[in-house]
Amino acid sequence: MNRADRDPGLQPERTRLAWRRTTLSAAVAAVLAVKTALHDGSATGIAVCALCCALWLGFLRVAHLRIRTLASASPPPALAPRHASAAVLCAVSMAVCAAVLVV
Amino acid sequence: MSEFVRNIRLWFAPEQVRQEGGTPDYRFSLANERTFLAWLRTALALIGGGFAVDQFLPDLRWAWRVGLALALLGAGVLCSLRAVNHWVRCERAMRRGEDLPASRFPPLLSLVVAVVAVAMVVVVLFRGEG
Repeated sequence: MNRADRDPGLQPERTRLAWRRTTLSAAVAAVLAVKTALHDGSATGIAVCALCCALWLGFLRVAHLRIRTLASASPPPALAPRHASAAVLCAVSMAVCAAVLVV
Repeated sequence: MSEFVRNIRLWFAPEQVRQEGGTPDYRFSLANERTFLAWLRTALALIGGGFAVDQFLPDLRWAWRVGLALALLGAGVLCSLRAVNHWVRCERAMRRGEDLPASRFPPLLSLVVAVVAVAMVVVVLFRGEG
């Protein structure tokens, strides 16, 4: 059955795109972190930069898992709080990395 | 405060959220999820702004630069924590059939952003040189 027939609002698709947009925002933050670290050049800077990239990969993984769940089940289940917390944890850790790089 | 601690426990306990009340229409849950993601993007933008202040205003005095960057980063952290907290509260309210929680956070955040923006304009124009 065509999903467009069943759900005129295309809710799962919009949610999938929202996850993609958010991953893109996280990528922008990670790229700025890399720029800061390269500008800084110290060993701490490089370590924090690697951590930021790892955090972005973690976010990408959460987004990917969620997008797969959205695509596979119908009706799609609600977001698991664990995944929401993991996504927020990535953002907060990125802010902490930024604070370390800035100070 | 105990309400807040209870909410924090809910962040990590999906089964607890799922057992309360009835399952709402999945479209409402997905809309709530998209709102959560929009707030998370706002938080990430604030964090990116913190990096940008540090990187693209190199002529500022150290204290101003670090102060503005930390203000933006702090706003980003608050915004993301509030995003997940508000998401849990909305999800629970929908399951119980209650009204959605009201929030003072959006005007608060816009005031903070406005203050940081004005501070940035003042600092860049008048006092930051050297």
